[in-house]
Amino acid sequence: MSFSITLTVNGEMRTVALEDPRVTLLDLLRERLELTGTKKGCDRGQCGACTILVDGRRVNSCLALAVSHDGADILTIEGLATGEALHPVQAAFIAHDGFQCGFCTPGQIMSAVGLIREGQAGDDPERVREGMSGNLCRCGAYAGITQAVLEAQTRLAEADRKLVA
Amino acid sequence: MNTFEYLRPATIAEAVAAAAEPGAAYLAAGTNLVDLMKGGISHPTRLVDINRLPGLDRLEHLPDGGVRIGALVRNADLAHDPVFARRFPAIAEALLSGASAQLRNAATVGGNLMQRTRCAYFYDVASACNKRAPGAGCDARGGENRLHAVLGWSESCIATHPSDFCVPLVALDAVVEIEGRAGRREVALESFHQLPGNTPERDSVLGPGELIVAVRLPPAAAKFAAHARYLKVRDRTSYAFAVVSAAAALEVDGGRIAEARLALGGVAARPWRARAAEKVLAGTRPEAATLRRAAEAALAQARPSGENAFKIELARRIVARALALAAAGTPERVPALPASPFASVAGAAVHA
Repeated sequence: MSFSITLTVNGEMRTVALEDPRVTLLDLLRERLELTGTKKGCDRGQCGACTILVDGRRVNSCLALAVSHDGADILTIEGLATGEALHPVQAAFIAHDGFQCGFCTPGQIMSAVGLIREGQAGDDPERVREGMSGNLCRCGAYAGITQAVLEAQTRLAEADRKLVA
Repeated sequence: MNTFEYLRPATIAEAVAAAAEPGAAYLAAGTNLVDLMKGGISHPTRLVDINRLPGLDRLEHLPDGGVRIGALVRNADLAHDPVFARRFPAIAEALLSGASAQLRNAATVGGNLMQRTRCAYFYDVASACNKRAPGAGCDARGGENRLHAVLGWSESCIATHPSDFCVPLVALDAVVEIEGRAGRREVALESFHQLPGNTPERDSVLGPGELIVAVRLPPAAAKFAAHARYLKVRDRTSYAFAVVSAAAALEVDGGRIAEARLALGGVAARPWRARAAEKVLAGTRPEAATLRRAAEAALAQARPSGENAFKIELARRIVARALALAAAGTPERVPALPASPFASVAGAAVHA
């Protein structure tokens, strides 16, 4: 059985032939499209390292069968920056030491982008911690991550206000 | 993971026909099923993808005051629907206390009901498990079982149902709408999940090919909106299954409880409705001694299934606390951050 699926990945239309329905979005990104920024941690939906945005929502790509997502719009860590200009969440992670070894970082950053889009956390660190609990960091950079998310959220809100003005 | 045939039917009738074949399973988000397949615990030979079936992703507030939640409504969308969260705050709170934000964005209402137990011996294919392999025995009985059932368990299985969402649903008399080859039927959610008995491999009443199409709340479920909470104690503050949880919903009139609803999570193979406790509460004032009596009634039949006797007293305390929180009133911000018994201010819910 062979399936052909079309995805928009970081703004670019990609058509992929799948010989096997078992391929997850994570494996498709890493093994077929050579986008290895998205990390395979536990591969069981427990660590969040594989977080990407699918149709604007953060999900665990390790549990998403690619064949079920034909037509989806996907954003990965590789699609976040604009040229050399980092996305405000990326810049805030650097400014606040939001990582140490870096393995969980693409997932943390994509999760933070999703969290800010969801608009539920506000400026409450407790809500940011709760909203980021699906992303584990074994180096324990949580304090910096929380600060980075709060700052990025403020910057993005300011940018939005300027756009409206 | 074994390989499988992948089908994407266009209609519910086609889906039901395709899934009625032996070895078939429905695929929604796959947040539990794909994990079970990766671990070799589930090995369907055919996956019937229902994600694009029309009409299953709707949330309808019905003319009679009830609500119909389509089986494909995503957990996060339901929790953050402002009208739904205002009318059924304990359900929104329970949804947000389950899994992680990523999983809630994908996971569906129907899938939440269909998720399997998180018993470690069920997940470990090298262990004996009557639920996974009927007749194999139960390694949980003599194993690490501090999180296992204290109500409704049998010698063959002591696993618990892991859902948070289902706990307030059962308290509020939710009904499951099921489509099968013989047409549509409805089952009270309270009777949807099966106690293990001698057939722990059967989690629910669903027959071959039967598909959950919606979960419905009756009009009366909305009358508890001002006094409804979900309280969950777990081994870490977030992103963990319940050790014990409780959904409490009160209708308060002139300082007295006109009607009470109570259900517990993490204690049995199904979300556990505590009707005896509801009777104790009816007509009383929500004072500490009364809440404690209700909690004792809720756990009257409980007995440890292993090293988990502590869960019985813990459950009594969580019940009393959930009832006290409900009596104090639904938090102003809905959905609240999930209430935690580890709130730093004594007696207060900082997450509320």
